[in-house]
Amino acid sequence: MLTTLARKLGGMITVMFLVATMVFFLTRLAPGDPAALMLGDQATQADIEQLRKTYGLDQPLLVQYGLWLKEVIAGNLGQSIFLQRPVLTAIGERAEPTFFLALFSILIASLIGIPAGIISAVWRGGRSDQAVSAGAMLAASIPSFWLGLLFIQFFSVTLGWFPVAGYGDPGAPLAQRLYHLILPATVLGIVNSALITRFTRASMLDVLSEDFVRTARAKGLSESRIVLRHALGNALVPIITVVGLTAALLVGGAIITETVFGLPGIGNLVVSAVLRRDYPVIQGALIVIAGIYVMINFAIDVIYTLVDPRVKT
Amino acid sequence: MNPISASLFLRRLFRRRLVLFAFVVLALIILLAILAPLVAPYSPTGMRVINRLKPPSTLHWFGTDEFGRDVLSRIIHGGRASLGIGMAVVVTSMLAGTTLGLVAGYFRSLDALIMRGVDAMMSLPDILLAIFLVAVLGASAGNVVLALAIVYTPRVVRVVRGSTLVVRELPFVEAARTLGVSTWQILTRHILLNVASPILVQATFIFAYAILAEAGLSFLGAGVPPETPTWGTMIASGQQFADRAIWVVLFPGLAIVLSALSLQLLGDGLRDMLDPKLRKAL
Repeated sequence: MLTTLARKLGGMITVMFLVATMVFFLTRLAPGDPAALMLGDQATQADIEQLRKTYGLDQPLLVQYGLWLKEVIAGNLGQSIFLQRPVLTAIGERAEPTFFLALFSILIASLIGIPAGIISAVWRGGRSDQAVSAGAMLAASIPSFWLGLLFIQFFSVTLGWFPVAGYGDPGAPLAQRLYHLILPATVLGIVNSALITRFTRASMLDVLSEDFVRTARAKGLSESRIVLRHALGNALVPIITVVGLTAALLVGGAIITETVFGLPGIGNLVVSAVLRRDYPVIQGALIVIAGIYVMINFAIDVIYTLVDPRVKT
Repeated sequence: MNPISASLFLRRLFRRRLVLFAFVVLALIILLAILAPLVAPYSPTGMRVINRLKPPSTLHWFGTDEFGRDVLSRIIHGGRASLGIGMAVVVTSMLAGTTLGLVAGYFRSLDALIMRGVDAMMSLPDILLAIFLVAVLGASAGNVVLALAIVYTPRVVRVVRGSTLVVRELPFVEAARTLGVSTWQILTRHILLNVASPILVQATFIFAYAILAEAGLSFLGAGVPPETPTWGTMIASGQQFADRAIWVVLFPGLAIVLSALSLQLLGDGLRDMLDPKLRKAL
């Protein structure tokens, strides 16, 4: 078991190393001299040269890469050009809305997706199955920003039930801030429910055809008990995986929704960094977001290995 | 494909009426985009400020936008860019992904290297990786295609590699190898043909995702330049008028939903037909 986990850990470190490498070299492909960008339009050539020296930008690319990687491993993601503070601080300040948005979205997506998937599997091939399949495909075909705009128009502007945008006063009570997340989380929940529905359905179908389900039926247990206790319990592993990974992808994948609803989250930080060419922030955010994904992935693997002795690969 | 097997193919594909419906809708949308200059009632760029933000009427079925331009005509023309970009993304990611997937699945020594790269790319959310690549490459239609092709290539690699791993162990490949058929021929003739179905299914899904992603990038201001009418740029520029003129946002969005939904239904139908075993996985 330990060797399995060690191998996974090795794979995880390799993936993170590749992400960091890709992010570094791709950023260097971008047009514009980072030093000139940092100093703005007023800078003289001499200023730029000076800054290039300070930041080691006059060194060969591979040396720069080595220096940068050393800093990243030490946990230093550099300094934002525009925000005048370390990248990690900037990300930390934006973490709260993104964290709760991801949490609420995944809850809503699971509340839609898991029951829909179960219904679809139990009545396989029937009308409800077809309706769920079509519904899941429809949900996966809706652009989140468009649904967000329609929701804002209807629920916030016309009905006045929710704030139009933003995350409330920083000093406001948490409940009030979280109230701002209801609409965006609903949008993301609907759009992301499709994948959870599909996985729940497939996993339930697998389990429902197994022998122990037949045995339970032969014992004369009620159908609802068989489905909800025996089958669902055994189908949960893949469902938890897809829920966990979707949650991880939501941390960085909510950028569009955060923009529509004006939420000051990590996605919003990335979008403004892209529009302002604030490369240290883009690099840092990508590494942090990939890191969260990889770690959640690893955590799921660890749970598997602990829970299910059959998982050895 | 000869005419008889083609008609059999279509008859089996359209056995589910929803799939036929999706195909008709998609064909109609593509046709409208191709014939845009002939079928659009107005010029997509013709401004008449006196007509601005007029609600849908018999003259302007989908209303007019903030410059008095006909929304329907802009949607028809916008389909050219939105669908064109989607199509280009599909072709590019299929070529790259199939090549890498075949190599990873067939030459075991290169497998780990390619697949770790795929893992790395897939550890970032699609839209985030896309916006990063567009930021690096510069915002233009060509770079949006390149960025999205890079984003979706890993998915194709996974599918093709998985199928290749199965097919390469089948007796007929073994037989071809024993007979001295060259590796190139085995890859292109024997393996590629047998992994073509999952590739085709993937293509329809990636087409749908690419249309959605292009719209998202345009909306964020990191896609094609705003003056090019695409469904995404139309929603982006219309959002500030949504409270007075919901139609400027509503209809381009419906065009996106309809296209993406038709493509996914079609992909589902194809998968159903080409590999009934996969049906369970939806």
